Amino acid sequence: MTETSQTATEPGLSRRMVEILVALVLMGLAGLVLWDSYERGAGWDAGPQNGFFPARVGWILLIAAAAALVSAVRREDSVFVTYGQLRMVGSVFAPLFLYVLAIEFVGIYTASALFMAVFMVMLGEFRWWQTLLAVVAVPLVAFWVFEIQFRLSLPKGPVEAMLGF
Amino acid sequence: MQSIVKAALAATLLPVGPALAWEPTKPIEIIVPFPPGGSSDQMARTIQGAIQKNNLVSQPIIIVNKPAAAGGEAMLDIQKSAGDPHKLITTSSGIYMTPLATKLPVSWKNFTPVAMMAQDAFLLWVNASTPYKTAGDFVAAAKAANPPLKTGGNGSKREDHLISVTMEQAAGIKITYIPYQGGGPSSVQLAGGHIDANMNNPAEEIANWRSGAVKPLCVFSDKPLGYTQKITADMSWADVPTCVSQGLDVNYQMLRGMFMPGKVTPEQQAFYVNLFKKVTETADWKAYVERNALVPDFRSGDAFVSFLTTDEQKHKDLMGKAGFIGTN
Amino acid sequence: MDDLHQLMLGFQVALSWTNVMFMIVGVLLGIVVGVLPGLGGPNGVAILLPLTFGMDPTSAIILLSSIYWGALFGGAITSILFNIPGEAWSVATTFDGYPMAQQGKAGEALTAAFTASFIGALAGVILITFVAPLVAKFALRFGPAEFFGVFFLTFCSFIGMGKENKAKIVASLAIGFLLAAVGLDTISGDLRLTFGVSELIKGFDFLVVVIGLFGVSEILLTIEEGLHFKGKKAQIDLKVVLRTWAALPRYWATLIRSSIVGMWMGVTPGGAIAASFMGYGLAKRFSRTPENFGRGEIEGVLAPETAAHAAGTSALLPMLALGIPGSATAAVLLGGLMIWGLQPGPLLFIENKEFVWGLIASMYLGNVAGLLIVLATVPVFAAIMRIPFALVAPIILIVCAIGAYTVESSRFDIWLMLVFGVIGYIFKKLDYPLAPLVLALVLGDRAEDAFRQALLGSGGNLSVFFSNGLVSTLMVMGLALLFWGPLSAGTGFLRRRLAPARSAPLGR
Repeated sequence: MTETSQTATEPGLSRRMVEILVALVLMGLAGLVLWDSYERGAGWDAGPQNGFFPARVGWILLIAAAAALVSAVRREDSVFVTYGQLRMVGSVFAPLFLYVLAIEFVGIYTASALFMAVFMVMLGEFRWWQTLLAVVAVPLVAFWVFEIQFRLSLPKGPVEAMLGF
Repeated sequence: MQSIVKAALAATLLPVGPALAWEPTKPIEIIVPFPPGGSSDQMARTIQGAIQKNNLVSQPIIIVNKPAAAGGEAMLDIQKSAGDPHKLITTSSGIYMTPLATKLPVSWKNFTPVAMMAQDAFLLWVNASTPYKTAGDFVAAAKAANPPLKTGGNGSKREDHLISVTMEQAAGIKITYIPYQGGGPSSVQLAGGHIDANMNNPAEEIANWRSGAVKPLCVFSDKPLGYTQKITADMSWADVPTCVSQGLDVNYQMLRGMFMPGKVTPEQQAFYVNLFKKVTETADWKAYVERNALVPDFRSGDAFVSFLTTDEQKHKDLMGKAGFIGTN
Repeated sequence: MDDLHQLMLGFQVALSWTNVMFMIVGVLLGIVVGVLPGLGGPNGVAILLPLTFGMDPTSAIILLSSIYWGALFGGAITSILFNIPGEAWSVATTFDGYPMAQQGKAGEALTAAFTASFIGALAGVILITFVAPLVAKFALRFGPAEFFGVFFLTFCSFIGMGKENKAKIVASLAIGFLLAAVGLDTISGDLRLTFGVSELIKGFDFLVVVIGLFGVSEILLTIEEGLHFKGKKAQIDLKVVLRTWAALPRYWATLIRSSIVGMWMGVTPGGAIAASFMGYGLAKRFSRTPENFGRGEIEGVLAPETAAHAAGTSALLPMLALGIPGSATAAVLLGGLMIWGLQPGPLLFIENKEFVWGLIASMYLGNVAGLLIVLATVPVFAAIMRIPFALVAPIILIVCAIGAYTVESSRFDIWLMLVFGVIGYIFKKLDYPLAPLVLALVLGDRAEDAFRQALLGSGGNLSVFFSNGLVSTLMVMGLALLFWGPLSAGTGFLRRRLAPARSAPLGR
């Protein structure tokens, strides 16, 4: 669905580079798995030991990733993502990252309100009252559904503590 | 038993005065270190129901299941929540066994013991179609069997695995223990004849016992269970002899209790001790205890702590002998 | 005949005003928990359980089981509209449901999903009604080796068909297995692959990974193309329901096959999740146009939904008849049964006839009520696609974050969701298929446990997997499916290799 052919002329990240990077990361992970598994015993002692399967799968991953690496090097390079697209993705990812970070400090409800505000102001064309409505309504509805109705305790911060929750 | 309850009562009643000084100000979370539907979960939900029905607390009770890592994750959570008086955790012997087996950096000594609600017995169950009538028959069969007889249960290095290994050592036999994901699956495996025996709690096997699929040989407690109401046509829980009396020298019971995070005030602790005392007096709780054939044994305060200390030492010994102490 | 008489009595019980009301309330509530990822049937049932202690057991179980039906229906909604599986068993529904929505056919996809669910459930209920004791006995024959056989069969029916780079399929499968292995190992009771990180001891929860891989990554991919959803012009009138129904009889073979797969998996109890994957895999395998799967083929929605719902319903059978929960929700219901003073097990059918048949009758009625309710909501949900992206996207992401958190009440899981969102984005762009990863993640450790349990029992002897008729059949069927794929696809594969164009990515 995200075929890059029509945008191949635009400058962007090299697909080959990303392929190689991913293959190397996978090989690294496979190495970690192998190290951990052999450390604990990956043999066959009246049935497989607890590292037996992870170790075999680790080898398979290592080989598969190496094969992916080889085919990535051999094949013609194309554009993984154009810089224009990357900027768009970044414009969503950055607020999302900050949102998750903010949950740690101010709780999920306040963070959600801020996230809604940033998202709608940066990426949408809404009237101010529409934005305000959404920013207030979404956390309140979420609070009503999860805390009041389903009795689930979601991460909360100083604002909620002030209100006595 | 009576005297213990009285002692516990005395320990409970002392701080009752100041207990009124603290009341929960937000919903109370009970963390269950097992998945929904298991016996710990049922206990927590019974307590929740008893509290709500009898209006024992003004704040709602929330149950949170954190089954990961044999309850290790739930214990880490309580460890991190020091000082939070709105959190509780239900416990079984896992409170010492999981840290000992996995070397997780948690200990009940960093928590605040609130109360022991009851103890849960373990029985030796076999498929009803087998010829074994006593624990002795089973041991004799295990001695002769090649390949070894199979038991199955809750999971590796958990309570019933410990019983299985202790049985091997006590009777000088060899048994293969197959860990399943809980007492439920192991009960079905026994009814289906895929294993030769299991060491389940009464509640986990009562359905299959009544239907005639399995039968109990003995109970791993120091005296028979106290419930004399007939479960099958001719037997009640009280009719099941102890394993020790049948020459199988294994004695094991599991606590079912409640802990709080560390660093809570004595008033907060007293509030919950008092609350659970009231819970044990409700009809719902009594019905629950009887249905699951639990051994009623409410303890709080010093009586609970000394029980925990002794019980932990017992587990350390047994697990050490069984080779369950974690090294990684 | 006696059963039919009992069933009629059951309908009388279930059709009282209060019970019908409980049914509707339960279904609505179930849809809500089903739609929200992270919240599921078990939560909905568990939350209401204490409220039912004082109720008549029959009314109580009607209320609670209706939540279960609602959750089964609701799981499909977000899968189709946003590529976020509301429940684990609706992952396979995203494979074709979401592409359909992108093509403006959200209404058709939703209708197909709901109707398929209903058909599956009906199959399950009929099974429970007529052959309960017989089937319950059959479930007892499943030991570890047989369980492994079932999982093996599921894998074999699903894999071996991808058009992606083979190395990448294998890598994806391997990653799934390894993610599943992290945490406490059931068999040895030791931690593994945690590297001393305490957050890792709980392992990687399936739903957290899936919310990231599918949901979050989809938003990132969508944004590349601009600030809008692709399925904007979805039809939103109720006629779409009738039109979709008119096309359904054509897929009778798929519906029947998936119903059988579902009933089998529910009883054994392989579970609804495995059933949905197996249903999808088999539908693709037996299809004359397997290349359309993954691109918005309506059969790809029908197959997993029918299987999942048939399994979900049949899962109640072992619970009632044997006291084994076939699913997490069934486990909670089981707890409920005991709290109401009923003893699940073979005697329940004899001692509490009114309760059992009232429940069975309510399964018929609850599913009819559920179907009517969800079909009425099709236009509403399809209309969501018209709301501006900049308003819906943050709400989806917030719901994803809440969903990831509620699975285990862990903040770390929200970070994991974010990480898997990025991984999903990169993998989709590099044509690493995600389906094998998800399948291995959900079944990997269970298959490994069963394998090792079987070998413990046999003293390490591999012949245990061919030790009786049942397990041998399962293994042979699995092997046949595994090698049939490459053989029948062999010629087509060669042709594709010779064609100059790189095959288009399947995306998932």
